[in-house]
Order: sequence, then structure tokens, then C-alpha cells
Amino acid sequence: MCLGVPGKVTDVYEDQGIRMGTVDFGGITRTACLEYAPEVEVGTYVVIHVGFAISVVDEEEAARSYELLAEMGNLEDIDLPQTADGVRAEDYRPGRDRRETEP
Amino acid sequence: MRFVDEYRDSRIARGLLDGIAGTVTRPWTIMEVCGGQTHTLIRQGIDQLLPQEIELVHGPGCPVCVTPLALIDEAISIAKRPDAILCSFGDMLRVPGSSEDLFMARAVGGDVRVVYSPLDALEVARRNPEATVVFFAVGFETTAPANAMAVRQAKELGIENFALLVAHVLVPPAILAILVSPGNRVQGFLAPGHVCAVQGWTEYEPIARDFGVPIVVTGFEPLDLLEGIRMVVGQLEEGRHEVENQYVRAVVRGGNVPARSVVDEVFETCDRAWRGIGVIPKSGLRLREAYRMHDAEVLFPRTDGVPASESEVCIAGDVLIGRAKPHDCPAFGTLCTPESPLGAPMVSSEGACAAYFMAGRRREEVTA
Repeated sequence: MCLGVPGKVTDVYEDQGIRMGTVDFGGITRTACLEYAPEVEVGTYVVIHVGFAISVVDEEEAARSYELLAEMGNLEDIDLPQTADGVRAEDYRPGRDRRETEP
Repeated sequence: MRFVDEYRDSRIARGLLDGIAGTVTRPWTIMEVCGGQTHTLIRQGIDQLLPQEIELVHGPGCPVCVTPLALIDEAISIAKRPDAILCSFGDMLRVPGSSEDLFMARAVGGDVRVVYSPLDALEVARRNPEATVVFFAVGFETTAPANAMAVRQAKELGIENFALLVAHVLVPPAILAILVSPGNRVQGFLAPGHVCAVQGWTEYEPIARDFGVPIVVTGFEPLDLLEGIRMVVGQLEEGRHEVENQYVRAVVRGGNVPARSVVDEVFETCDRAWRGIGVIPKSGLRLREAYRMHDAEVLFPRTDGVPASESEVCIAGDVLIGRAKPHDCPAFGTLCTPESPLGAPMVSSEGACAAYFMAGRRREEVTA
């Protein structure tokens, strides 16, 4: 029930007075309510639960904590799986996506 | 999928398992509260990969499992009304009521619709002004903001034929109930990450302090769970009992402020009966006075029928508070299966009994 899936916001719009958006989950898109993530823009990753963004993924924290995890697995010389974006997990760097989506 | 795939890397998992094995010196019992976490732990066999000293027990974090029988019966009776449409998440449809389930209500002509979001149910109400559309609002803190938004929109847009049948429950009072229950063995908790994404973790701080239990806010992927367990074990071995956050990419201490504020506007806390466990004080949410016209329990007052009765062999209550494992039940996998469940934990995609059954664990194998 508390399932939450991370996805990337690809569109933001208003519908009947509430902030909505389109969210891409590795190729599958769905609409979601963004009222609880007022700061998100196109390109931001959010956690979606029953059609609502309940949390914004903090990419800097994610990169930092993942580096610590990777150290635990001695992963420096091993290929990480490709993500749907074609970005390898080991290439995650703070702000990377934001830079790419900025004009 | 980004933020999913990389948290399933088996080499990092091995590193974390080695880390745990290198830290643990004596037996510890740890509870994961959330049923979604239970399913990942059992499906991946993580409980069996951990050092023998660590026992995982499964908590009550399955809303479908703890929704009281009386409310299931109420939903079934609403679904059978010719002037009502009952909308629900799919999980609820096969949960046994006292004599039938929502699927059976649909089979005899009840209008029961499965929706993905409470906003979908609101849309059903907008399109069917002649019927009262009732959304079965089950869930923990994670789901409350969505349900609150739906009912607030109904009021705002004047959609008068939309109502909630509220069965909301809260995690911290349940943790307290487990800690004070006789014979409690739980020494540390993995707190549910998405509940905390909404609510933050300040409510867990006095619990950790007063009961001397480490609580680690934990995510849902295998590596999240292993890291959460490693953090709890680390605290236990060092004699610490604090709230720590493993799920840093999605949770901050104060939670989601806009979501909490809408939940507070729409709902208030109330005592709530948990199926299999009993009434836990201040453990539920109900609609505030200003939203009573959207409260299905006000629109369709409950008829006092035969008192609801549970199966006599089912030990769901003990399973839900971690006092028993699914395979301790004599009916597990024999009289009780996902196709023909005696208790709700065998039905839900988050129930511990279903997790064990789906992972192919059978009574004779695990008790041998």
C-alpha cells in the first residue's frame, strides 16, 4: 500500500485548480498530482504514491549515500547496470540532470 | 529505472551482508514495520542470508490486513446499494468480510470499481452525479495526503456525491502498542520510509529514547533494507538508541510540510480498531467536522448486524505484531492460501503470510 515509485517529471500543468504533472517511470508515463511537491520542475525526480508526488528525490544525497554503498561493495572496477536514461549509476553526480535540463 | 536498479546490486548486497556479519556479536530481534518491506525481504531471501544471530520479525504495516472486519462489512453493504458506487484500491477486493468479500458484492450486481488514485474516484463521482461514490480510504500516513486532497477537491468543486469510508491508521501508536505488549521481543525497528517521507521522523524520537530502541528510517529496495539492518545492528551493538535515516534520498526530518498541512486540515486523530490486534488509542484518522458531509459513515449509518467473527484457527493478530511467523499457523498453506484466505495477511500483496506463501516457503520446510 505504501508503495512509492521514483519517476521523472516531464510536464507540469494545472487542472481544476490543482498542480498536476506527467511522470516518466523508465518509459511508462502517468499523470500525477504535484500539489505536495510545489518546488518541482520538469526534469526533477519525485516519488509517486497513488498518483501523488509525496517526496522529491534529493539527487545530491542519493549520489553521496550511493558512493558509500558502492565502497562497501568494492565496486570501483565493476560495471554498474545501465539506467533507463542511459546514465550509469556510477556516473551520478550532484546536479547533473538539472544542468542538462536548464536552458 | 533510475533510483531503483542500482539499489538491487548483488555485489553491494554482499558487502553489506559482510559488514553486518562483522558487526554482530549476539542475538538481536529487529522488526520491519512495513508490509512492502516484508515482501522484498522474503522474496529476496534476505532474512535467510543474514547472520543467524539476527531475527527479522514482521510488523503490522499492511493497511489491508488491519482494516477492521466491521469496516469491510460496511464497504460491502455500501457496494450492494443500488444508489452507490464503491471505489477501492484493488487489494481490498478479496479481503474476507464476515461472510463475503467485495468481489462477491460485485458478482451480485454491486458497482465496485478499482481505482489507481483517489482522484480517479473523484472523477467517477463527477461523471455519475446520480450515484453516491464512496472511496474506501485505507492506508497509513503515506496515503492520507492523497485522500485528503480528494475530499478537499470534492468540497471545493461542489462534488457533493463523493464520500470517503475512512479506515486510516498511523504507525507510531502501533509501534508503541507492540513495545508495551506482553512478551515483546523487538529490540530495534526499520521505520517505513514512505510513511516518514510524508510525516517525517520527529514522532519516533521520543519512542527511541523512552524505550531504548534504535529506529532507522529505511527505503524499500534490497540495498536500502540491508543498509537499514546494518544501521540498526550497529546501534544495538554500540548500545545506542536513536532515530537514524537510511532513506536520505527521499526523507527529511520534518517530512512533507504541504502534505501534512492538508492532512491536518481534513483529518483528526481518533481511536481505531486494528483487525487482529484490537483498539489502539489515537491510532487512526477520521474526517473533521467540516468534512462530515463527505463521510460515508455519516451518509450510510452502520447497521448493527451479527457481530463479525474471525476464523478460529487464523493467528493473524499474532503475526501482525511479530509474535508469530506465518508458518507457525496450522492453517498456513493448507486451509489458508491466497486463493482461499482465512485471514487478511494471506490476501494482501503486503501481508506477511502472502509473502511467505509467494516465496514458496511451506510449513514443513521452514519448521523442520
